[in-house]
Amino acid sequence: MHYNGEHLLQGQLGHFLAVLSLASSLVATISFYKANKANNPIEKSSWLKYARISFLIETVAVFSIFAILYYLVANHYHEYFFAWNHSSRSLQPKYLLACIWEDQSGSFLLWNMWHCVLGWIIIWKQKKWEAPLLTVINFAQFCLATMLLGVYIFNVKIGNEPFILWRNHMPDLPLFTNPDYLQLPRVFEGNDLNTLLQNYWMVIHPPILFLGFASTIIPFGFAYAGLVNKDHSWVKSSLPWAGFSAAVLGTGIMMGAAWAYESLSFGGYWAWDPVENASLVPWLTLIAGLHTNIIYKSTGYSLRSTYFFYIISFVLVLYSTFLTRSGILGDTSVHAFTIDDKNVVAFYSQLIGFVLVFFIPAMWLFFRNYKTIPSIQKEESSYSREFWMFIGSLVFFLSAIVIIFKTSTPVFNKVFKTNIAPPEDPELAYNQIQIFVAIIIGLLTAVTQYLRYKDTPKNVFSKKIILPTVISFLVSIAISVFGNIQYDKHGIVFLGAIHVAIFAAVYGVIANASYIWLVLKGKIKAAGASVAHVGFALCLIGILISSSKKTVLSWNTTGVAMFKQEKNENPAENITLFKGIATDMGKYMVTYAKDTFNAGERKRFYEIHFENKKTKETFNLYPDVIKNNKGVEGFAANPASKHYWNKDIFVYISSFQQNKKDDTAHFQNHELKVGDTIFYSSGFIVLKSVDVNPVAKKDKYAADESALFLNLDIVAKDGRRYIATPGIALKNNQVREMPDSVVSQSLVLKFNNVINGDAGKLEIGVKESSSITDLVTLKVYEFPMINVLWIGVVIMVIGFILSIIQRNRKSALTAV
Amino acid sequence: MKKTHIIMLVLIAAAITVLISYTGNLTTYETIASAKQKPGKFVNLIAKIDKSQPVNYNAVKDPNYLSFVAVDTLGNTVKVIYHNTKPTDMEKSERIVLKGKIVNNQFECKDILLKCPSKYKDDEKQVEKNVQASAN
Repeated sequence: MHYNGEHLLQGQLGHFLAVLSLASSLVATISFYKANKANNPIEKSSWLKYARISFLIETVAVFSIFAILYYLVANHYHEYFFAWNHSSRSLQPKYLLACIWEDQSGSFLLWNMWHCVLGWIIIWKQKKWEAPLLTVINFAQFCLATMLLGVYIFNVKIGNEPFILWRNHMPDLPLFTNPDYLQLPRVFEGNDLNTLLQNYWMVIHPPILFLGFASTIIPFGFAYAGLVNKDHSWVKSSLPWAGFSAAVLGTGIMMGAAWAYESLSFGGYWAWDPVENASLVPWLTLIAGLHTNIIYKSTGYSLRSTYFFYIISFVLVLYSTFLTRSGILGDTSVHAFTIDDKNVVAFYSQLIGFVLVFFIPAMWLFFRNYKTIPSIQKEESSYSREFWMFIGSLVFFLSAIVIIFKTSTPVFNKVFKTNIAPPEDPELAYNQIQIFVAIIIGLLTAVTQYLRYKDTPKNVFSKKIILPTVISFLVSIAISVFGNIQYDKHGIVFLGAIHVAIFAAVYGVIANASYIWLVLKGKIKAAGASVAHVGFALCLIGILISSSKKTVLSWNTTGVAMFKQEKNENPAENITLFKGIATDMGKYMVTYAKDTFNAGERKRFYEIHFENKKTKETFNLYPDVIKNNKGVEGFAANPASKHYWNKDIFVYISSFQQNKKDDTAHFQNHELKVGDTIFYSSGFIVLKSVDVNPVAKKDKYAADESALFLNLDIVAKDGRRYIATPGIALKNNQVREMPDSVVSQSLVLKFNNVINGDAGKLEIGVKESSSITDLVTLKVYEFPMINVLWIGVVIMVIGFILSIIQRNRKSALTAV
Repeated sequence: MKKTHIIMLVLIAAAITVLISYTGNLTTYETIASAKQKPGKFVNLIAKIDKSQPVNYNAVKDPNYLSFVAVDTLGNTVKVIYHNTKPTDMEKSERIVLKGKIVNNQFECKDILLKCPSKYKDDEKQVEKNVQASAN
């Protein structure tokens, strides 16, 4: 059959380039390997020439694949499944890039591209280590290229090709009997980008994170180079690279946290979700390796552990790729990829193979050469910097082991056929351990800089450390006393640990900051490490305070008591707001003022008005909801926050209801007199009094009318009270009705007439309408000191940059 | 023995203790039938929403009360009570993971994890559904 309007050339070109990148990366791997092995300089340079040419071809291929893919998506060539499945014509153009990394193969491609960029920087800057480093990078490129291949070998599909035509990908779909299927409305429109990813963080966070992932291959590559060439002089060149990798990976992880905070309604920035853990763990081991690398360079200790940490960091990146992409986390993670069931076995094996093909040879090389790696037998002094740095690295490594072990529960289930599930409070299970890690690391970062390598005279050390220690004690005691940190939900030990950890973190900030002034005399250029430590310790403070003092502002105290009889109720953290009605929410009166639909962003924004009861401060927040797509019903909520210097008020819509139905309810008439009570479905109404021609309502009736108003007291089941005053106006035996309504109770009340004036008997009509209420339920949190965390991240990254510059300058000087 | 080695051993021992104590906190995935035999124990149910029965949620009355009936692959059902708002795409979920415990023959749910049919997924059936959603 001939299909109309298809563009086949781009896909064929793309497929060719995918195969080309596979082939050229294989050739490059072999050539760089040979170049590294070759002893003869002529032979070496000729292999290098081949290798660079193939690497160039590969680079061009990879970038062209990306360009074509972007072209397909941007031009909405929906004959390609990739383009149809990840974009739509009404999607804002700024999110087109995010469409590419919504897909598994698209994000592998991103990884590929970063490898190419990093590879060329190494060829340019690191001539000595070019061959072994590029061997490793190209081999990784080869493995990644297989993920994009999509060819069948022995009936098993290898990789997912992004250029596959939709009709080849799912040939059984009935729509492909139509030669004009591209014109079908939903095909034409596209399946859209997942609403949760339609966020600016999603445009920048994945590239940064993948640069972080990709760059961990360089320390690994140095370790490989050292082991195969039995040359351990790489330790100087590796430092700026390890620092770069740690800075970028750290930034990437925290951007993910910022995304979660700003646009996901998890109510926070970190949830110990397996996907988050999987990227944190390589960062921890990388930091461990960075520190042992510095130790070795300065003292000759800890080379073996440096090898080990650098190898394991990259392997953990691969392992995390396996965890997040194989679908194995399905039941424990909210945002892992899940995959096509048809290919599950092949894809699984491919991902496991990707881990093992690096892990096994590297470990084999490591243990085979273990004895030949230089090490010092003499024991480190307890007053030496290297001793405590090593302890810190070890703590980081063990913390990483504990986290990855917990995260791997689904893997154990699969392997051992068990059915273990996460504990009742999974976050606590992490926090109660990692808080002690935070304490140890906080103290170590504070103290260790004041120690010199090899040995430190005790009086020098204690003279310098005493001032920062005293200040830190005072500051942290002030925080503990006045900060009102009473997180006793998990017992006194945990609360105590929080206070100790706050001291440790404050100590880390103050000791490192004063080190810059006291010891380095304010030479900020030389203070990269101290600056990074200040940033890290600030992050700890921000995390500790914002988590332990995170408070729910939207406690629904009114509704709970009435409707639930159970004793230990679960938290009821949502409050209902009716349009236009101010509701009491503890510190604030909040009002759902209005909502507007923004067609461009396809979001409905809610204006929520806050008024602080004490200070009378008012502000508006605009949380929004966006309709889910891809066949998922319902809406996704994007939070909004009011930022203060010391806290955030964080709010999101947890559900909403809009008036769409027609009003079909009828008035029910009741007879009553003053003092009588009538019931309605969610409460009762008391007639308090009847006012004749009340002055207060003068504007409601004319001078020649006589008016009667009822004072009705309405008590809802949830304890809220409302007043309604329906009335009638009489003139020449003509009755004019003035009904009143209680929007939040969906009540319309009407005064019908006076039945018996002497007995005081009246008739009122009560209508319970299903259609007069617009409402939202909100969740509101207060996050104190969240800014300390974000500032800490920025300072830490600045520290890394400073030390990378400093190390580069040093190595340039030694080269001269 | 070197100090480093002693500290290493201590820390490794601590890490092992932590991991062993962690295994004590772990819970299990259960079927509805097996969960009912362990009332009061915190478990994880993998189930679906029984669509033949109503999902009760009324934000006007109480935004923190949701109840529905869950059914598992063996066909057993249990009433689920969840003191929170209704997760947005709940009805369309293929599978839900319910965390909580059985109290008085009802499942008191603490957390609901949704497995949405098409989040990040190119499942053929879902694609077909999405395309046809179009036609109407």
